[in-house]
Amino acid sequence: MNNKALIVTGVVIFLLIVLFPFWYMRGKAAPPPEVELTPKAKAAQKCVRSTEYMRAEHMQLLDVWRDSVVRESKRIYVNPDGKEFNMSLSNTCLDCHSNKAEFCDRCHNYASVRPYCWSCHIENPKEKT
Amino acid sequence: MDSSRRRILQLLGISALALTTRPVLDAFAKEQQATGADVIIKEGDKVLKARQWAMVIDTRKLHSEAELEPLIEACHTIHNVPKLLNKNHEIKWLWGTHYHNAFPGKAARFIAEEVEQRPFLVLCNHCENPPCVRACPTKATWKRDNDGIVFMDFHRCIGCRFCMAACPFGARSFNYRDPRPFIQETNKKFPTRMKGVVEKCNFCAERLAVGQIPACVEVSKGALAFGDLYDPKSEVRELIRTHFTIRRKQTLGTEPCVYYIV
Repeated sequence: MNNKALIVTGVVIFLLIVLFPFWYMRGKAAPPPEVELTPKAKAAQKCVRSTEYMRAEHMQLLDVWRDSVVRESKRIYVNPDGKEFNMSLSNTCLDCHSNKAEFCDRCHNYASVRPYCWSCHIENPKEKT
Repeated sequence: MDSSRRRILQLLGISALALTTRPVLDAFAKEQQATGADVIIKEGDKVLKARQWAMVIDTRKLHSEAELEPLIEACHTIHNVPKLLNKNHEIKWLWGTHYHNAFPGKAARFIAEEVEQRPFLVLCNHCENPPCVRACPTKATWKRDNDGIVFMDFHRCIGCRFCMAACPFGARSFNYRDPRPFIQETNKKFPTRMKGVVEKCNFCAERLAVGQIPACVEVSKGALAFGDLYDPKSEVRELIRTHFTIRRKQTLGTEPCVYYIV
């Protein structure tokens, strides 16, 4: 164990590099994003499900929607309040939330998730190309 | 103790199981919530139903490429089909072709000149025994039980193109490039595709779901008919009964559901 000094220096340098980002960003947590609702979404007040549910589980909901529409050809979703929705990302979700940049992207960027829904589904049904 | 090592490993295994079961069960439970008991997932009220959708094309009413154009245009516009000028990259759902390409084989050596000159409108035949479905390794294409449409799930397509090799009608196109820049007018209500997936005619399943007939039939001014092949009273069966019809490559046994009156 003649290399003790070398090993300790190596470990210290390793720890410094690994811990640098934590030290550098200490106390400066990025603020959670604030999503903006369009006037239409505000007026509707309630989404397909409760806000808490949508916030946490919208991906599961969309997954079920996708499978029901594409693979079972069932296109209507009746929520617990008995309200009917056409299960469509572009035509239902983005009809209200027509501000993808301020609504979807802000959270997705913050959470560093990159859903590829929009490589096929059109971002904003109302936007003119 | 001799067995201590084994005991520790057992304990570790059991605790790992105990720690991981919960999140897995939770994930399943969440999916349940989306479909749960208080939620109903159903078909629309206006949906058109059939055991097997079929089409009859009266080629006597379509004399020139120019007359096919509005039908192709209607289909390609609503489905966001890109227009790629490079023949190798072309995407086609509905197109016109020459008699000898539509009906190859030796059935007719000398045929009526007028028939030979006609353009033939071709599309996916929605075969009753579809070879593309058997070729697909991911079940991205399958025959729908409820109406016989050979459907595509673009989410699941991995772009292997086995289906294209299997289809004897060349009805499938592959997106070699990102199609978006080549879509002239985007229909906001229908998704586009992405690079690396196969696409083809879907018999306007999205229109049937809201009670509309396929777009090409709608704009064909009576040259195309659409209906249930197994309903003896349907328009297609009436036409098949009263006219001589042919199908493309019948001898292959794929049972195409597009009939041509010649």
